[in-house]
Amino acid sequence: MNEISILIGGKAGFGIDKSSMVIGRLLAGIGYRIYIYRDYPSLIRGGHTFSIIRASKDRIYTHRDKVDLVIALNQETLDLHKKRLNKDCLFIFDSEQVKIASNPACGIGLPLGKILKEENAPEIMRNTCIIGAMAKALGINLDILENVLRKEFPRETELNLKVAQRGFNESRQISKITPLAKPSLPLVSGNEAMGLGLIKGGLNTYIAYPMTPSSPILHFLAGAADNFSLDVIHPESEISVILMALGYSYAGKKVAVGTSGGGFCLMTEALSFAGMSELPVVIVLGQRPGPSTGLPTYSGQTELHFALSAGQGEFLRFIVAPGDAEEAYYWSAVAMNISWKYQVPSIILSDKNMGEGISNFDITLVPDIKEESPLLWGNRPPYKRYLFTENGVSPLASPGQKDAIIKVNSYEHDESGITTEDPELTKLMQEKRLRKEKFIIKEMEKLETVKTSGKKNSSKAILCWGSNKGPCVEVAQKLGLKVIQPVLLNPFPVNKFKKALSGVKKLICVENSSTGQLPRLVKNYGFGVDKTILKYDGRPFSLEELEAKVKGAIK
Amino acid sequence: MNQINLDTRAQNTWCPGCGNFAIMNAIKSVLTELSSEGLPLENVVLVSGIGCHAKIADYININSFYSIHGRVVPAAEGIKLANPALKVIGFAGDGDTYGEGIEHLIFAAKRNIDITMIIHNNRVYGLTTGQYTPTSPLGFKGRSTPHGTQEQPLNPLEVMLSCGATYLARGTSHGIEMLKRIFKEAILHKGFSLVDVLQVCVTYYNMYQYYDKRVYELKDHNHQDYAQALNKIMEWDYSKDAPIALGTFYKKETATFEDKFLAGRKQESVDKDTKIRELLKLRT
Repeated sequence: MNEISILIGGKAGFGIDKSSMVIGRLLAGIGYRIYIYRDYPSLIRGGHTFSIIRASKDRIYTHRDKVDLVIALNQETLDLHKKRLNKDCLFIFDSEQVKIASNPACGIGLPLGKILKEENAPEIMRNTCIIGAMAKALGINLDILENVLRKEFPRETELNLKVAQRGFNESRQISKITPLAKPSLPLVSGNEAMGLGLIKGGLNTYIAYPMTPSSPILHFLAGAADNFSLDVIHPESEISVILMALGYSYAGKKVAVGTSGGGFCLMTEALSFAGMSELPVVIVLGQRPGPSTGLPTYSGQTELHFALSAGQGEFLRFIVAPGDAEEAYYWSAVAMNISWKYQVPSIILSDKNMGEGISNFDITLVPDIKEESPLLWGNRPPYKRYLFTENGVSPLASPGQKDAIIKVNSYEHDESGITTEDPELTKLMQEKRLRKEKFIIKEMEKLETVKTSGKKNSSKAILCWGSNKGPCVEVAQKLGLKVIQPVLLNPFPVNKFKKALSGVKKLICVENSSTGQLPRLVKNYGFGVDKTILKYDGRPFSLEELEAKVKGAIK
Repeated sequence: MNQINLDTRAQNTWCPGCGNFAIMNAIKSVLTELSSEGLPLENVVLVSGIGCHAKIADYININSFYSIHGRVVPAAEGIKLANPALKVIGFAGDGDTYGEGIEHLIFAAKRNIDITMIIHNNRVYGLTTGQYTPTSPLGFKGRSTPHGTQEQPLNPLEVMLSCGATYLARGTSHGIEMLKRIFKEAILHKGFSLVDVLQVCVTYYNMYQYYDKRVYELKDHNHQDYAQALNKIMEWDYSKDAPIALGTFYKKETATFEDKFLAGRKQESVDKDTKIRELLKLRT
């Protein structure tokens, strides 16, 4: 078996997320590469929630619609997802909750409530019990499962093991998944990969107000704060978040913030202030479908042009959109470096699938990157915060440093940071700030800012960005197409993009929006897109769906 | 006392007779005094918002963060948390911080973070030419309310006391000696301090005579007593005629936010690569 997809579902509050992580680690532990798609509604309890865990011999970053096994903790799960099954009857269910009408011998039913009662275990352990049953069904040895459970359940470990064993014993084998002779890789979410990348880039402080899909970065970094010596703060609003961050930045501390579209709206006035005052800050913008509150727990790619133009006035910003966990790690570190090296705001464009999707993380695939130190003042007075320089970057000093009076200003200002309305100075200052762009462009020439994959000499190519990388790469491999994925979106890597397009006669853009945002962007640089495949229902493209649509588009 | 030049070459554009001069001169005098007592001035950061008051950042030759409207407080908090050795003094207008940014003020008081807020409370918008603010009296006729306002003003000191501020005082721009005293007290107070300065806008709301007739200095007042403080704060509601108390209403030392927040902060640098590898291993 080259790959397997397992769907586990129930009500919100059942513990589906945890279960999908346990299943993911179980399969990762026997050498498989994993991707986990999480689908959940915006509520705390009740409502249908499910995860699809896909395991493959090769690296994957997306899920399939079809699955090989459904694990149903309630009736709804089976009713909704039975149709996804590749073969009939491949499901495991709680026989006290789920009624099988047609064929009573179909699937594997376990009386979970009864088992838990006998073991005196809490209801949440229905998960462990049914995962035990799953292990048996797939022919995975009990000791491999126990190993994972010990790691995942540091508390009540023995009881979990016992309950899993009961599930295992009361199940039967219906399939066989062979362990692979491959090293197992860690499982991380995109949000965690971004958090780790920011740390790699020198993060000192993370500030955020909770908002899906970026809250997990806040939770992850708050949990990791002691270990990595970070300040992690959750203040009263996104406005406070970004202003506090600019305060940290002024004091010389590397800082990042995270939010989604609505929170980013509140931050835009201060984003423009960061542009004017040349205060470095990194913003993680996790996209979800709008307008307005939209679908809070689903995904979209509709904030590209918002990120490109948010904030009053004209100012430089660095924008990247990573497409997988390794890119999320690497480009978060790059964003931190660029922000401090050039004293500009950076935006990491993520989305719900990118942030909350869970996959393997192979650090050996990440290009070399290290924290770079910003241009610092050499202690020769007088200090001028906005000293005119060739590349527009003025040396930094931090308050507390002797002989430096550091004045930052939201008004147009002179070299010392004092307000001005002088026409000549206004022009010079605007030019100072903007001329950093060509130096960033030059620096970016060294990096792989436009990724290409698939069949590279194909005359037909898929254009995509962000989390759509996963399904696009797999579909392209299958159909013999090229994939062009710009990771850097501003300053746009025009030359690399042009090079990637050479030999391409038909370009199809795949995007989670209703208007086609990347096609609009590349059009500004004179590049045309022949067809667009757009999806704007909040759900990601599944492999099967995208394959069918791309086939139609290349005809 | 060493004479320190705190002037900049920025041209002062406040109206002649503006109450902002008193605030600026008082703070310059306090900074000079603190410097002679051993406070390195490079450890002071002034934060200002947007409005006439905010030009103070241009006029004092010291570290400054000239923020955006309503957003003095969160920037000041960020600077303080990033480097607790700094003395962070925020200057804000009444429109600026009792209006647009009041949520930040409430939370900073609630946290008892060790910053000082000096409010240039002229009870009118100056730079935008004469509209009512959160502390204008009921019936105030401004350019946006030609028939008079229909809402009661806020009593900012009452709000701040209930939110957990640990130093509260009021002064006027006609009393520079008292301003010096309470500014210094506020800056040296460990915790969230706020000074409400009845700063007169000579152009749009000249209240010099009105205040001169009604103000008095607090005497025999126990500023550690919450009930007494509240009582004195409520004596004048910023609307109806009443005696207007000046001086320190409330002062109480309790643990500050940064003391608690930074208690666990490790000073040594961490080997992040090793720690990242360890974390990933736990996920394998």
